Amino acid sequence: MLDSEPHLEQSVSDRAATLVLSGEWVASYCKEIESLAQLATTDLSQLTIDIGGVKRLDTFGAWSIETICQSATAAGVPAQLVGISDQNAGLLAEMSKATLAVPVAKKPRASVLESIEALGRGVAAVGEDLLSLLAMLGSLLLSLFAGLKDPKTLKWKSVIYYVDQAGVRAVPIVGLMTFLIGCIIAQQSFFYFRKFGATDYVVNLITILVLRELGVLLVTIMVAGRSGSSFTAEIGSMKMREEVDALRTMGIDPIEVLILPRVLALVITVPMLTFVGIVAALFGAGIVAWTYGGMSPAIYLTRLQDAFSHTDFNVGMIKAPVMALVIGTVASVEGLRVEGSAASLGLRTTASVVKTIFLVIVLDGAFAVLYATVGM
Amino acid sequence: MDSAPEQSIIRISDLDVALGSRLVIDGLSLVVNRGEIIGLVGASGSGKTVLLRTMLGLIPKRAGTVEILGQSLAKATRAEARAIGARCGTLFQQGALFSSLTVRENVEFPMREYLDGSDRMFREIALAKLRMVGLTAADAEKLPSELSGGMTKRVALVRALALDPELIFLDEPTSSLDPIAAGEFDALIQVLHRTLNLTVFMITHDINALNSVCSRVAVLLDGKIIADGSMSMMLASDHPWVRAYFRGEHGRLVQPPEEDR
Repeated sequence: MLDSEPHLEQSVSDRAATLVLSGEWVASYCKEIESLAQLATTDLSQLTIDIGGVKRLDTFGAWSIETICQSATAAGVPAQLVGISDQNAGLLAEMSKATLAVPVAKKPRASVLESIEALGRGVAAVGEDLLSLLAMLGSLLLSLFAGLKDPKTLKWKSVIYYVDQAGVRAVPIVGLMTFLIGCIIAQQSFFYFRKFGATDYVVNLITILVLRELGVLLVTIMVAGRSGSSFTAEIGSMKMREEVDALRTMGIDPIEVLILPRVLALVITVPMLTFVGIVAALFGAGIVAWTYGGMSPAIYLTRLQDAFSHTDFNVGMIKAPVMALVIGTVASVEGLRVEGSAASLGLRTTASVVKTIFLVIVLDGAFAVLYATVGM
Repeated sequence: MDSAPEQSIIRISDLDVALGSRLVIDGLSLVVNRGEIIGLVGASGSGKTVLLRTMLGLIPKRAGTVEILGQSLAKATRAEARAIGARCGTLFQQGALFSSLTVRENVEFPMREYLDGSDRMFREIALAKLRMVGLTAADAEKLPSELSGGMTKRVALVRALALDPELIFLDEPTSSLDPIAAGEFDALIQVLHRTLNLTVFMITHDINALNSVCSRVAVLLDGKIIADGSMSMMLASDHPWVRAYFRGEHGRLVQPPEEDR
């Protein structure tokens, strides 16, 4: 046994116990000193703890000595420390000032009640979400009107920067994704339409599908994941570092400086990206039609011209800026909700992506109803 | 000093550190002995924090050696670096508390990493240490984002001291505390220094702390230590920058010790 290891010798005479401590009562032996501190102190009239032989003492050792003293006192046994060196006195005094009693944790409530409460809070949170979304839309409109009245106040430089970030730099990935989806849909259509000799209508199917739904949906989901998340993270980390508060104290509206340029940039770029997506998807479908469906490019283009209608094109393109507005607004609202911790930033970014994609799909459904009513 | 290598706890020789192309630390040498409380002063931007971060191995050095507790962090294996980590504590300028953990969990974190004890032991020691710096049990369950600047500093000190290290690095520990709290902070460091034979390497601008706590003061200027010695030596120094720092408008608050007058 190493002589530096902590030791405790107990001698009892006439119900008066003496504990003689020796060795090093330090953090590296914390398991040993903790088990030594678990003493039975009942049936004693007096407890003397001699720490004169302790070679080294740190807060862990002082804690265990204090634990012995306090458990003895709680059992009605007067405890006395002897052999305190000048060096150790300060630490033991600091430790005895600190009450070791830990406050009792709150009683957990019944789990059924708790889950009902969580459900209620969840529903209330959805309502609050919608309200804050509306409030943000309102503030955005206000600062847009103010900006249009005096165009110099609009941050055109930021708008152009975000058009580049969220639009121009997204062209390759958006183009590739929609191109591949176009290829896949064309291949599937040819495969099944061939069974009942309807391959002539493949181009009509693809054109309507891509123009009305797929182009805009794919692009907005991509933009929500790519730019929505980065907007939330950017605004959120500015919030964490009090940059947003700094803007407010300068009398500058953070919505005007931070959020309006981002939302405007999305409203400008998403329709353009949608157009790119539609062209890429139709191009992919054309290539599959040629290589897999045996339809020559000339015939594909002629059929495309027949199937193309301005109404279908408009149906898709009208949706794009509205969805962009929703993506930008939700991403900004979530960004401004970030609190102090890194976990909160992650949570808000996730919430932003999930909510924007969900809302984009819900909006798409709402548009379908609207278009059906007006006969588009 | 070579005969007793245990005595020097930090040994820096001919250290060069560059940020980009700018040489911030230029041929710096410094030895800190066990049990000293050394205060490092220097103009803002003179590279005090860079020196500290280099000593901790966070910034690569260009030349020279840094030995902490007799070992060079650059040459240490993972296990050796971990062992050194358990014997040193660091208080960062901004606190650097883990934002997703509560105050108590922040203090318990190094204990859980390095020590083998019960939850109760860790919790009680964490709370006792928080008490020592004047925080309550209610504060212990707060998140770092809910703390004031001074509280953040105190929690960060407690976390640096969680394992009762032999050596602690403090980067401007009292810069956001009121004078009373700063005084208590200094007193606490002195208690811990006496009891645990703690060595303290402190970057500070607090003349009172330098006067009352530090056993030695080092002045960093132009990437070198230009003055190194006791507070009375600093007050007696002829170097213009040192004189301006300690005996200028701001320094006059501190009277030189009795024997020097």
